[in-house]
Amino acid sequence: MSEISLFKVTIDGEEVEVAPGTTILQAARQLGKHVPPAMCYYTKLQGSGGKCRTCIVKVTAGSTKDPRPMPKLVASCRTPVMDGMVVANETSPEVIEARKGVTEFLLINHPLDCPICDQAGECHLQDLGYEHGAQKTRYDFERRTFDKIDIGPYVQLHMTRCILCYRCVYTADQITDKRVHGVLDRGDHSEISTYIEKAITNDFSGNVIDVCPVGALTDKTFRFKSRVWFTKPVYAHRNCPKCTGKVTLWYKGDDVLRVTGRKDKWGELEDFICNTCRFETKKTADWVIEGVVNVDRHSVISQNKYTLKAEKPVVPELASKHTGEGTWDHQLK
Amino acid sequence: MQSLSNRSKQVSQKEMTFMESIYLPAIIGGLMITIRHFFAKKITIRYPEIKKLFSKNWRGVHVLKKDEQGRERCTACGLCALSCPAEAITMEAAERKKGEENLYREEKYAARYEINMLRCIFCGLCEEACPKEAIFLTNEELAPSRMDRGELIFGKDKLVEKQHDPDNKKRGGGPLEERLFHSKENSSYKSTFEGISNS
Repeated sequence: MSEISLFKVTIDGEEVEVAPGTTILQAARQLGKHVPPAMCYYTKLQGSGGKCRTCIVKVTAGSTKDPRPMPKLVASCRTPVMDGMVVANETSPEVIEARKGVTEFLLINHPLDCPICDQAGECHLQDLGYEHGAQKTRYDFERRTFDKIDIGPYVQLHMTRCILCYRCVYTADQITDKRVHGVLDRGDHSEISTYIEKAITNDFSGNVIDVCPVGALTDKTFRFKSRVWFTKPVYAHRNCPKCTGKVTLWYKGDDVLRVTGRKDKWGELEDFICNTCRFETKKTADWVIEGVVNVDRHSVISQNKYTLKAEKPVVPELASKHTGEGTWDHQLK
Repeated sequence: MQSLSNRSKQVSQKEMTFMESIYLPAIIGGLMITIRHFFAKKITIRYPEIKKLFSKNWRGVHVLKKDEQGRERCTACGLCALSCPAEAITMEAAERKKGEENLYREEKYAARYEINMLRCIFCGLCEEACPKEAIFLTNEELAPSRMDRGELIFGKDKLVEKQHDPDNKKRGGGPLEERLFHSKENSSYKSTFEGISNS
C-alpha cells in the first residue's frame, strides 16, 4: 500500500491528498468544503452520475505534468483527479453561471407544486434552486405532464416531477435480484416506468423513495400525512433478518408517520433497508430508539423544534402519565 | 450637584397673592375648559354599536380565500404554521377525491385547519408566507372576544369565506353581520347593528 503515492489536488485554493482514481467530487467531500452539488451521482450506486451536470467544475490545471486547463467545464462526479490538479468550484464565476443554467434546464419541466409535494423540505432540487436558481422562469411553453402511477402498494410515481437522474433505475438494477423498471423512450420523451405498470414486489424496492432526489417517487403510506418539518427524526434499530434494521423514524407526537433509511451528510443512504422495516413496522414498540437525529440548524426540518427540557408537571396525575413507559420521551432518557 | 439635563426647576415657596388666595379665577378658568369640551367634537365613539373604519392594511381576523371558481385555495402546505411565531395554526391535509375538483383547487387540501385566536398575535406572517394566496387577514374585524376558550379556536367553518369576492381581496366569510352575530343571544345586537349600518 505504501507504494501508492497520494495525489495532491487543489480545490478552491485548498489542498487535499487523495488516492488515485478518486473523482473530483469525492476529493471535495474528503476535504469537507467547496463540495459541488450532485443530483444524480450516488456513491453507493455503481455507474451513477454524469447525467444532471449540476456538479460541473472548472479545471484550471490538468496535472503537474500537463498544467494546461481543461477546455470545458467537467462533471466532477465522473472525472478522476490527477496529481497537481487545480479545480475551481465556487470561486469560478463561470461555474456559478453554468450551474444556474443547468438548474434552469432541470426546472423546465419540473412543476412548481412544492406546497403539495411530500418531498418539500428535504428535496435536493429545492436546495439547488434556492442556491443556484433564478427567481423566475423564462419558459413559456407547456410543461410535460404525466398521470400518477402506483408502483406496487407502497410507492407512487409522479413522473411529472422526475428529473431523470436514473438513481432509482440503478438501485433496482443493483440491490434487487431482478430488474423491474427502467427508462422508456428517448430524450425529452423519456420516462421512468415499469413495463405495463407492473408492480415492484421486491423486498428492497422502497429504497427508490430514498434515493430519489426529488418528489417523483414517494411513500404512499406517508402521502399527505404531514409536512416533513412538522415531524421529528429519531434514530432507531430493530432486529431485522433481511436488512441491518438501522433506520430513521419520523415522529409526530407519539406516532411514527414514516420510516426512512439513515442519510449521511451528503444526503445519501448509509444502508438500504427492507420494505418490512420501511412500511410495515410503524409502532414505537417495534423499535429500539437510539436518539434524536442531529439536524442542520439551517434546515427547515429543525424549525420549531425546541431543545429546552420541559418543566416538571405540577399536577401529579400528569406527572405519572409523562413518565409512563411507551412514550418516546421515556425511551430517549 | 449640577443637573445633567438642565431642565430641573427650583420649587418656589412664595406667598400667594390675594387673587390667588380666593381661588375663584382658577375655578372659573377650569370650568371654562370643561364647558368648552361640551361643545367640542367628541373623540370617543360608542363602540361596539359604532365602529371605526380600519386602514387598508389593518390585520384583523383571518380568512381562507376561494378562487374565481369557488374552490378553496389552501393546499395545507404548512408554511403559515411554520412561519407563525405564536404557533397558533394547526392543520391536517387530505387528498382530493374524484368529484371534488369543484371544491378544492389542488390535489391536496386542508381537511382540518385551525387558528387559535388566543395565541394569534396578528403579525400577518402567515399571509406573507402563503404561496397560494389563500390566507389573508381581513381589515374589517377585530380580534374576537368570547366567554369560552373553545369558541376561540377557529376552524374552517369560521375561516373559509362563504363566497368568492374578487373585488375585495381582504374581505371574507360572507356578510359581516352573519360572522359577528352568529349566535341567537346576540340577536338584539344585530338589530342595533343593522340600524346603524343602514343609516
